[in-house]
Amino acid sequence: MHEMSLAMSIVELVATEAKAAGARQVNRIELEVGTLSGVLVDSLRFCFEAAARETVAAGAALVIREIAASGRCPACGVEGAMAGLLTDCPGCGQYLVLDKGRELRVVSITVDE
Amino acid sequence: MCDSCGCDHDHEDVTIAVPGRPAVAGESHDHHHGPGRTLRVEQDVLAKNNHLAAHNREWLEGHKIFALNLVSSPGSGKTTLLEQTIRRLNGTLPVAVIEGDQQTLLDAERIDATGAPVVQVNTGAGCHLDADMVHRALHTLAPPDRSLLFIENVGNLVCPAMFDLGEAAKVVIISVTEGEDKPLKYPAMFAAARLCLINKTDLLPHLDFSVARCMEYARRANPDLTFFTLSARTGDGMDEWLTWLNDAVRSA
Ligand SMILES: Nc1nc2c(ncn2[C@@H]2O[C@H](COP(=O)(O)OP(=O)(O)OP(=O)(O)O)[C@@H](O)[C@H]2O)c(=O)[nH]1
Ligand SMILES: [Mg+2]
Ligand SMILES: [Zn+2]
Repeated sequence: MHEMSLAMSIVELVATEAKAAGARQVNRIELEVGTLSGVLVDSLRFCFEAAARETVAAGAALVIREIAASGRCPACGVEGAMAGLLTDCPGCGQYLVLDKGRELRVVSITVDE
Repeated sequence: MCDSCGCDHDHEDVTIAVPGRPAVAGESHDHHHGPGRTLRVEQDVLAKNNHLAAHNREWLEGHKIFALNLVSSPGSGKTTLLEQTIRRLNGTLPVAVIEGDQQTLLDAERIDATGAPVVQVNTGAGCHLDADMVHRALHTLAPPDRSLLFIENVGNLVCPAMFDLGEAAKVVIISVTEGEDKPLKYPAMFAAARLCLINKTDLLPHLDFSVARCMEYARRANPDLTFFTLSARTGDGMDEWLTWLNDAVRSA
């Protein structure tokens, strides 16, 4: 379950940012997660709750913005949604090349409400 | 854009949950934003791992150590392949090994019996090695300059694809008993690898596994893959693999 180590990385990253800003409590964390990032969102939430315990991010709400994966066909240039890494071009049947959907990023934190 | 509060969140894409309560869909968006300060962070969650991996890579390259990260499902034959590789190299090339497993020293003991220096990383609940574990293992192992370093990752075709360790290349191993469809089911791992080893070919006569089809599926995920088909049990196909390793270390 790599979501646990990702959750611990999120807590560490957020704690560093909060400390730099002189904040005592993080109330909200905004995350971007691509649908092909390899992260199970429910599992990440579960792990985050445990990882954040007794840290500056304890009890913070995780606001997760899922980014739908999409790509472009290298042959005909058509763009399309990607349900998996191996998604056929709707135009010519070649595989689409992913350009969005691998994100796993902390966008913002809200502190000291 | 949310009309009722002017916040910049696309509600269809957002779920909001308070730990301990079930997640709710976008419409019931929490309109209590409070007076808190919102700070832009814009940082990749894997940034720290990637940074440590870059540090490992720099150190390895500086010492001309050629590092391979071996990934596969459990039991595809990674440790057997390493034992045979080390025995056949027979001291012509210095080899060191980092073993990753959730528990036990079993794989490290098998490598130790070949005489190669080895350290075991036990990840506990963790399903993959990360760059920090490899960094610490390197301090203990202290592999010699101009050597070959094998990092046997935890048997798992999913998570290790996400974590760069600082290796020169990932080697994905698939055994013929696993079925030829694995590259279609786990494309991220095949996309991340440079080499693909198809192992246990001695068992082919007993199975309906098609090596050609497996390669075709793997190339869909990664057209640039280099393949070796071999049997770590009988040694069939090992020579090509050893030649590739020798060339790679010399040009590292
Ligand atoms: N027939 C046959 N069996 C093999 C071959 N390579 C490995 N095995 C057997 O496959 C089983 C698993 O091999 P290991 O080398 O322990 O596999 P592994 O990938 O290191 O396993 P984990 O570290 O647990 O993920 C053992 O019983 C090996 O003897 C091969 O080429 N042919
Ligand atoms: Mg093993
Ligand atoms: Zn995992």
